[in-house]
Amino acid sequence: MAERAGPTAGRDRPTAGRAGRLRAAYGAAPWHLVLVTAVIVLAGWVALRLAQEATFGRMLLWFVGAVIAHDLVLFPVYASADRVLRAVVRDRVTLLNHLRVPALGTALLFVVYSPGILRWGETTHEAATGQTQRPYLVRWLVLSAALFLLSGATYGLRAALGRRGSASRARR
Amino acid sequence: MPVSRPGPSGSGTRATDADGYGAPRRFWRGLAQHAPPGVDAVERSWRSPLRGPWLTAVYGSVLLVALPLVIITGLLDYAAYGPQFDQAFPTNVGWLRLPAFDWPTRPSWLFRVTQGLHVTLGIVLVPVVLGKLWSVLPKLFDWPPARSLAQVLERLTLLLLVGGILFQIATGLLNIQYSYVFGFDFYTAHYFGAWIFTGAFVAHVIIKFPRLVTALRSRPLGTELRTPRAATRPEPPDPDGLVAAEPGPATVSRRGAVGLVGGGALLLAVVTIGQSLDGPLRRTALLLPRGRQPGTGPNGFPVNRTVAAAGVRPEQTDASWRLTLRGGGRTVTLDRPGLLAMAQHTADLPISCVEGWSTRQTWTGVRLRDLAALAGVADPASARVSSLEKAGLFRTAVLAPNQILDPDSLLALRVNGVDLAPDHGYPARVIVPALPGVHCTKWVAEIDFRGQADG
Ligand code: HEM
Repeated sequence: MAERAGPTAGRDRPTAGRAGRLRAAYGAAPWHLVLVTAVIVLAGWVALRLAQEATFGRMLLWFVGAVIAHDLVLFPVYASADRVLRAVVRDRVTLLNHLRVPALGTALLFVVYSPGILRWGETTHEAATGQTQRPYLVRWLVLSAALFLLSGATYGLRAALGRRGSASRARR
Repeated sequence: MPVSRPGPSGSGTRATDADGYGAPRRFWRGLAQHAPPGVDAVERSWRSPLRGPWLTAVYGSVLLVALPLVIITGLLDYAAYGPQFDQAFPTNVGWLRLPAFDWPTRPSWLFRVTQGLHVTLGIVLVPVVLGKLWSVLPKLFDWPPARSLAQVLERLTLLLLVGGILFQIATGLLNIQYSYVFGFDFYTAHYFGAWIFTGAFVAHVIIKFPRLVTALRSRPLGTELRTPRAATRPEPPDPDGLVAAEPGPATVSRRGAVGLVGGGALLLAVVTIGQSLDGPLRRTALLLPRGRQPGTGPNGFPVNRTVAAAGVRPEQTDASWRLTLRGGGRTVTLDRPGLLAMAQHTADLPISCVEGWSTRQTWTGVRLRDLAALAGVADPASARVSSLEKAGLFRTAVLAPNQILDPDSLLALRVNGVDLAPDHGYPARVIVPALPGVHCTKWVAEIDFRGQADG
């Protein structure tokens, strides 16, 4: 998350006058101050309202926790997994990508459908639908296997065609 | 500063005071000089040659177009509950109230489309959000974290932006899969979370829009989509420092990166859309509750709450069951044969759940407006429908005049030519065009009509 502020762009020229001084001291154009203040006030107002809820602490935890889970857990995990994968396949980039694509597909399906796959909510799921959450895990595994198989098959095909191509080039 | 980055410059943003620090300058400069150990190494570890304004702008434009749709359809969901009857949750929202209007009954697929879009788009955008976050992630570890008050405040709004979207996605995804592990009220959290996110989103778009346009113009899309991996080079260093200081060789082209995110979105779409379709394609929603039909035959379509979960007992719905109609001081009771003896009307209507799934079925029963007339309220202002259910947020629902008077609004007794199954609300249930499924009350016990004159 967190990009560097854009309209630090405000510092066009050392404009004289109050507006110029504000711009220099604040670090962006005055409208920027108005805009971000409005957003923070809105969020603050919502937070104050919600502060009366008994579960406010949990909501806050999930809000901040979601950022931490993404930036400091999910990202490092998938970035490191990719690093390991790259180290293993070395410079076989085509192979690398034929592994990356199904792995990403598998991970994506898991991230989105994990509540069903991990059966978080058996009772509520059953009360609502009259069915259990049992099938999802197997279905996810089958889908993932299909992704890897498909990718593997196209890789094999590419490799075979590539060999034929280079063989015919060699004959010429 | 540990690494020398081109300061914010170019496109009319030349820094006057080359370093670009706000007041108090000494503080910001000092902060920059006191980098914690490791910042340098982290800085050099960003290697992807794909990160840069162009790729960020491409992902950003997709979100710029699609997220407003998610926001609007979400707010429409709130409106569809009928906040004017205090039955949209959360009920007490202060000045974050939406303008009041009667939710229309036409087209009958209105809610099917709005809520289907909300949930489907919300899911399909997950890879785009993840791709966008990946593209800007190095900024999180930038040193100094800010050079002015403007940057501090903007970073705070970015926390609201990122926290907001991840919070909305997480709560939404858990909700549609009936997993309430978060332990707070979904409605309250998702509604107020939506406002926090929307505020931060609007500000982010306003601030970044010029950058987005510049970035998109910097590399024509067509050319980029024809550039193979071997010819993929890093973008030139940019004022925001998205481009890696020491990029490695490309293992994927930009076309590939866009394709990867697009492919992820497509994959999710393929296993999600089925829950909004009827026929054999429904099964393609492989990982969602509504890809599975609970049974076969005329009553074999999805349920949102089983009779067992609702706690409605068989002896309540046998021949002793009576429907009570109230209106203007009058009370009328009817048994099921009595209802079946009234004029029957058949309508093909979707039942669309707030959780995004929907299905169209053929319902037969008595028109609600005929029941209103029977209760002596020809010009109803509202109707409160109550269920045999003893507990539950949706044991009663209030209908607006247009929802009572629509010729296809029914107290349904039969579906697809047979009696309703217990899970579908036997002996009688409400079905109203374009009304959220949770307000199509099942196991109806009583309908209380209020006339316009009753106020
Ligand atoms: C930018 C992201 C999102 C925004 C701004 C947003 C906004 C909203 C709003 C304002 C509502 C009405 C809440 C209420 O009636 O109290 C809503 C309802 C809903 N949203 Fe979202 N939403 C987002 C993402 C998602 C996602 C990713 C999902 C799940 C896949 C989702 C699932 C739902 C569901 C199931 C409801 C209906 C709840 C109900 O009425 O029972 N939302 N959304």
